[in-house]
Amino acid sequence: MNSENTAQTEGPPAYPRAASLELRNVRKQYPGASRPAIEDLTLTVPAGEVCVLVGPSGCGKTTAMRLVNRMIDLTSGEILLDGASVMERKPPELRREIGYVIQQIGLFPHLTIADNVATVPRLLGWEKDRVTARVQELLALVQLPPELADRYPAQLSGGQRQRVGVARALAADPPLLLMDEPFGAIDPIARARLQDELLQLQQRVKKTIVFVTHDIDEAIKLGDRIAILREGGVLAQYAPPDELLAAPADDFVAQFVGVDRGLKRLALSRLVDVELLPLNGDHAAGSVDVQTSLRDAASLMLADGNRPLTVVDSDGKPLGQVTLELISAALDRHPPTPDPSAT
Amino acid sequence: MNDFTDAFRFIADNTALLWTLTLDHLALSGAAVGIALALAIPLGVTLGHLHRGSFAAINVSNVGRALPSLALISIGVAVLGIGFVNVMVALIVLAFPIVLTNAYVAVEGVDQDAVEAARGMGMRPHEVLWKVELPLALPLIFAGIRTAVVYVIATATLAAVAGAHSLGDIIVDQATYRLPGVLGAAICVAVLALVAELLFAGLQRAVTPRALRLEERGAPSVLLGEPNPERTAQT
Amino acid sequence: MTGALPLAAAQPVIPDFGRGSTCVRENGAFCWDWVSDHWGDTLRPALVQHLQLTAIAIVLGFAIAFVLALAAHRRGRLTTPVVLVTGLLYTIPSLALFQLLVPFTGLSRTTAEVALVSYTLLILFRNTLAGLAGVPEEVRDAARGMGLTQRQLLWSVELPLALPAIVAGLRIATVTVISLATVAVFVVNEGLGAPIYAGLQQTFKTELIAAGALCVALALIADGLLVLLQRVLTPWTRVARSR
Repeated sequence: MNSENTAQTEGPPAYPRAASLELRNVRKQYPGASRPAIEDLTLTVPAGEVCVLVGPSGCGKTTAMRLVNRMIDLTSGEILLDGASVMERKPPELRREIGYVIQQIGLFPHLTIADNVATVPRLLGWEKDRVTARVQELLALVQLPPELADRYPAQLSGGQRQRVGVARALAADPPLLLMDEPFGAIDPIARARLQDELLQLQQRVKKTIVFVTHDIDEAIKLGDRIAILREGGVLAQYAPPDELLAAPADDFVAQFVGVDRGLKRLALSRLVDVELLPLNGDHAAGSVDVQTSLRDAASLMLADGNRPLTVVDSDGKPLGQVTLELISAALDRHPPTPDPSAT
Repeated sequence: MNDFTDAFRFIADNTALLWTLTLDHLALSGAAVGIALALAIPLGVTLGHLHRGSFAAINVSNVGRALPSLALISIGVAVLGIGFVNVMVALIVLAFPIVLTNAYVAVEGVDQDAVEAARGMGMRPHEVLWKVELPLALPLIFAGIRTAVVYVIATATLAAVAGAHSLGDIIVDQATYRLPGVLGAAICVAVLALVAELLFAGLQRAVTPRALRLEERGAPSVLLGEPNPERTAQT
Repeated sequence: MTGALPLAAAQPVIPDFGRGSTCVRENGAFCWDWVSDHWGDTLRPALVQHLQLTAIAIVLGFAIAFVLALAAHRRGRLTTPVVLVTGLLYTIPSLALFQLLVPFTGLSRTTAEVALVSYTLLILFRNTLAGLAGVPEEVRDAARGMGLTQRQLLWSVELPLALPAIVAGLRIATVTVISLATVAVFVVNEGLGAPIYAGLQQTFKTELIAAGALCVALALIADGLLVLLQRVLTPWTRVARSR
């Protein structure tokens, strides 16, 4: 693979270039440590998907992520990026092809926002005009006003800085993005916004993203697939969010996703996904928008004496009715949930 | 090295003279440092406690460093005449800014969370000062004292040109003592300064609570507010 | 040198009671006219020599300290020995160090420079190293993660961020050397130490005071210039912080 070819040389970047990532029997033992940080991890991330690594602190999730761009070198095993081993690449060259976002962001304090974003394109020897154009494009992509380009990082808010961090990681249009708790240090409201923005962004750029967090809710919200790790980098379960919530593989996973996993699962679906009951005359406690999550709809009904709700579209036109029974039935669409204590 | 062999012979042959001059040297240095401490520490601590006068307290040492010791002693001679007191005044002028700035920075820079917590527990201002700020500031205050002591001992060597007695008497009088004598005295001065440095480094360590054993560093680099050199190395 | 004699005769010993002004003749506390009369033959040459002594010492000292600091930045084990040796040199009183070098390098400018350089090392080494070590870990991590090589990391991230600490060290070292260079007069009759020492040995004090004042002025101006240099080199340290 040609490391220079990280973005199109003409026209607007066509984002959908993504790479698949495969970890095969990866083991990492730090020198002097009594036990390996990662014992034997095998994991495949299909191109264009968001894989969230989640687990308690010390489970090796950050280590696993840093093995990919060789910030740490593995002890044994293989890591393949689009089928090619990362171990055969020179680390600096490899890393220029992989976007990298960390919790502390690590913007260069002595460079302007524009220069920060331009870092990798310049390392790759892009021409000046192309870099300038790319920087403007990226600032727009992460919804930052263009006049911030000439500011220094110290002049930005935390949320703005993290947006710059994401823009900087995307600068050379890398096929893979590594994100290590990128929103961990940001207040909950701004974090939710940044998560939403990341989802929108991902719809446009369709990168392969490895996202590390300790927050299971963040994992459920962002991940196409979630890998739950336990201590020693052991993969406890690797599944799409809904499956993870519906069928935790064992006690550890069940405990980690929380006793409210049923509610979390409800939060993944909206009323629009459900086949509603027909309207009948003697309804209804109130009405609810069809875009509401099942979780919020259930909550409304619980707060209001378990009376059915009328579901309306954005124009207020009634579409049907929803009841708690209907919602609970919706959870059964998926394979039956084995009792975690029985497995 | 022949010259140094002769120098050590000179030391061996003139212990009485060297001892007397060493005592003079120490008396001069001790008096100057003592007075400088008595003036600078209360002032620096008070200003630091009140968070007042940072510009003056910090810049006084930058200006102080710019004063050439030889010129200062000489001008002291020009203004006040020759003798112990005048050289001592010059040495006080040199030591004062170092001690002041360190005392100020030490107290002013005490972790404000600790100070807030102390206030929150109901300590009065003087209790905050004595029970929280001073113990935490002590290592840095001592760093200033240590720098001042070594500086004054070094500069007291120059007292000879201004009529006070010190080991410098021999160094500046090559006509009488010849090169071996000059070298011998220079060795004694160097040893004296190093012993003082080590002694005060030990004292500084002793007054540093184990919880905050700072990396040893003299005052000069602290004075311009350099970033903390203590950071773990890159893995 | 035979030509020296008439020259020496043409330069009268100071104070010149025959030709000097009233102030000089009456041995006033400070005589401006002496300063203007002897600016060209005494003070300016001494000032220029002083500048040379200082500049050479700072340039050499910085070169040595910089290389040592880069090495210690790579290999932490070097720090302690370098600090011990440079700290030892820094502690030796200047008058003693100048004399201790005489057996090796004689009564020469070299002796003066060796001693002055040795006084800059501790400060410049420690500040440079502290500046490099003070680069936030996350900035280093991000830089490596984006694919900067070790060399690119050093030259385009770590050193620029270390600049404030490095310049702070240069300020201290420069001012210290300007002050200590006066003591070099005991081994080589150059720099502002020469008129200070000459003034010390006569009752007429203008020469001493003028040279001493020049020395202080030089130190303050050099310090100011270095502050300006830092402001130009590190614009990011002056931006208004907003959160």
